[in-house]
Amino acid sequence: MFSYIGKRLTAGLVTVFFIASVTFAAMHIVPGDPLMGNKAMSPEIRANLEHKYGLDRPVAEQYVRYLANMAQGDFGISFTQKNRTVNDIIVSHFPISAILGILAVAFAALGGILYGSLAALGRGKWSDRTIMFLVILGVSVPSFVFAALGQLSLTLINKKAGFEVLPVGGWGTLSHMILPALVLGLGTMAFLTRLMRSALLEIVHQDYIRTAKAKGLPPVRIFFSHQLRNAILPVITYLGPAIATITTGGFVVESVFAIPGLGRYFVQAIQQLDYTVIMGLTVFYGAFLVFMVITVDIVYGLVDPRISVTKGKS
Amino acid sequence: MSTTSPTLSNATHSSNSNPGGSSMNSSVNRSFFDNPKQVLESLHGITSDDFDLLAQETGKVGLSRPSLSYWKDAWRRLKKNRQAIFSLYIVVGLVLFTLVGPSIWTTPPSLQTLGRVSEAPSLSIKTVRVLAELPAWQPTLAEGVPARPTAPVPAQDLKAPSQLKLMTEASTLAVRLSWDAVPGATGYRVYRGNYAPMQGSLGLPIATLDGGNIVSIQDTFNLVPGSQHYGVVALRDDEESPNFASLEVILPEAMSLPEALKIDPKAQAGQSLEMPLRPLGSDYLGRDLLARLMSGARVSLFIGFVAPFLSILIGILVGGISGYFGGKTDAWIMRFTDFVLALPFLLFMILFKVAFGAGPGEDGIGPMLLAMVALSWTGPARLTRGQVLQLRESEFVQASRLLGAKPMYLIIRHLLPNTLGVILVSLTFAIPSAIFTEAFLSFIGMGVVPPTPSWGSMCNDGIQTFLTHPHEFIFPALLISITVLAFNLLGDGLRDALDPKMRSVS
Repeated sequence: MFSYIGKRLTAGLVTVFFIASVTFAAMHIVPGDPLMGNKAMSPEIRANLEHKYGLDRPVAEQYVRYLANMAQGDFGISFTQKNRTVNDIIVSHFPISAILGILAVAFAALGGILYGSLAALGRGKWSDRTIMFLVILGVSVPSFVFAALGQLSLTLINKKAGFEVLPVGGWGTLSHMILPALVLGLGTMAFLTRLMRSALLEIVHQDYIRTAKAKGLPPVRIFFSHQLRNAILPVITYLGPAIATITTGGFVVESVFAIPGLGRYFVQAIQQLDYTVIMGLTVFYGAFLVFMVITVDIVYGLVDPRISVTKGKS
Repeated sequence: MSTTSPTLSNATHSSNSNPGGSSMNSSVNRSFFDNPKQVLESLHGITSDDFDLLAQETGKVGLSRPSLSYWKDAWRRLKKNRQAIFSLYIVVGLVLFTLVGPSIWTTPPSLQTLGRVSEAPSLSIKTVRVLAELPAWQPTLAEGVPARPTAPVPAQDLKAPSQLKLMTEASTLAVRLSWDAVPGATGYRVYRGNYAPMQGSLGLPIATLDGGNIVSIQDTFNLVPGSQHYGVVALRDDEESPNFASLEVILPEAMSLPEALKIDPKAQAGQSLEMPLRPLGSDYLGRDLLARLMSGARVSLFIGFVAPFLSILIGILVGGISGYFGGKTDAWIMRFTDFVLALPFLLFMILFKVAFGAGPGEDGIGPMLLAMVALSWTGPARLTRGQVLQLRESEFVQASRLLGAKPMYLIIRHLLPNTLGVILVSLTFAIPSAIFTEAFLSFIGMGVVPPTPSWGSMCNDGIQTFLTHPHEFIFPALLISITVLAFNLLGDGLRDALDPKMRSVS
């Protein structure tokens, strides 16, 4: 088990190194640099600034320094926001994105399991059809449309109620988080609902379900202790990638709801060609996602005793 | 391996039974070679006549139905799926909308009509008065009246301005008013309202003129067709007089001659002009939404079709090589694929898009396409590799190899056609996700470069005015949703039709 975790972690580190290298390469292909956009500066000032940020050194040396600093957890100083370190940006804004992401994933998982079960239990009935129709809608409508419609309906509700039921945008309290998390999790929820439903329907014909029925277990018991426990596994597997799509999908929701999360900084940094911020955030996000997937895989092994993570994985 | 075991057990079985069989035959064999005919007759009652050819029998054995090829069978199954067929019609309709649409609806997508900003969808034809362009605005000053009167009058005693009148024909382009100077006033304030002004509620203040001699104004602010009431009061050091003059003005919808010439080269001042229809309204810059949707569809569908197609092509190539050659090649290629797969998609999509760069004046489609292909070939590559690995060991491929087939022949004749079904299914699912990605990127302003419309960037423009002019957001959003929905349903149908084993439980 430990050697497995060690192996996965090593592979994860190599992946992060790869991500860092690709990011570095991509940033150095980009035409122009962050000093270009500002007001006209004399060659002397430019040279000074380039020296300050180490841009005057050979690319290979920049690369080595960049990797060395990153290994020590230092992502450097932002080019455009004076004296603000990338670490500072991450520390102050990642928690916001993380809370939003966790809420969205929780909402997606709970909703997916609930609706998937309802659909599977009422297979072929109107409840199943309605849920499956909504699922297809949820997969096909972009999140910014849901965001806009959510805001619109919230505005109308607030107007009708005469007071602010839920705020339309901004960040701060739990009430600010509800609508963005709902919108962010909706696509994933639709996917998980479909996954849950088909997993449940496959299990219905298994021998152990028939055995359980034959020995006279009440249907509720069969559902909770046999069907649900087994059908939930693919949902857990998908949670790793779901966190990936949700944190990156957060860009859009953060911009629509004016949430000061990390996604907005990334987009802003790209627009301003802020090298250090782009590289730092990309590597940070990449590392986060890679280790999220590894964690989910390990947890998966713990949840399902049939799967031995140490053997049989190729 | 379970598939090979029956043949193995067969072989051992026949080899066991052979010794007994051969010993029985050996006694017969000798006399058989001496006189075969006699032996046969005596043993089995077979005569030489039995070796004559029989007349050909017809109609006994034959196919009762025409044979179905894999693709015919899949098509038959697809046709039964009403949802999928409906989606297929939608997809065909969308392609027609994109390709044929612009030649039927010829309004250019980039034509701006300044008078028609954010117009709501409407099917009625509007006529507009064409007016010659007015000379540049120059406020008229009352002669002989000082800007600052020598003997200012208290505000209550200021008279209402007299002779309030229009200086030129009023229209939605501009309203120019003039009045006579009020003796003792230090300035004037002009109001505009939808209702006849009353004391205390004159409407929206549109200008404060600082000077008793400035007795005219031009109003161009947000003029809408219909009746408007103007009110003018005299001021004494920013304090309003209770007396006001008012004038009702009926504003006809109008367009200046230079603007009109863009629509109709024969337009003349004073004439009324039929405006081109705007069935879906216009956007915040007065451009026709329908034309923009068509031209945006070209961008969105182009990326939606070409990016998955290219990445699947690369994926087939890489996955095919990896699966067919196996061993070290396979291990290295797959390791690289895993790394590319580990890159966070949207993040690197943006990064690569910026890295590949769009120069000034370019539309940014190329870099986006490149970035998308560079990141999304991994899925098809893994899929193809898995299929090829499976097929490579299957009996019919081994039989073909045994018969001397060369690798190229094997790949083209056996491996590719058998992977095609799975690949087609993954293509139909890749198309909506590519359209989605494009929409997302354009929505956060990282996609196509502005003057080029795409559905995503139109949504981005539209959401700014969503509360006041919802149509600008709703139509592109609706098109994205319908397109993605249709491709998803079609993909579901194709998967059920092409790969019955993978059929979704329903």
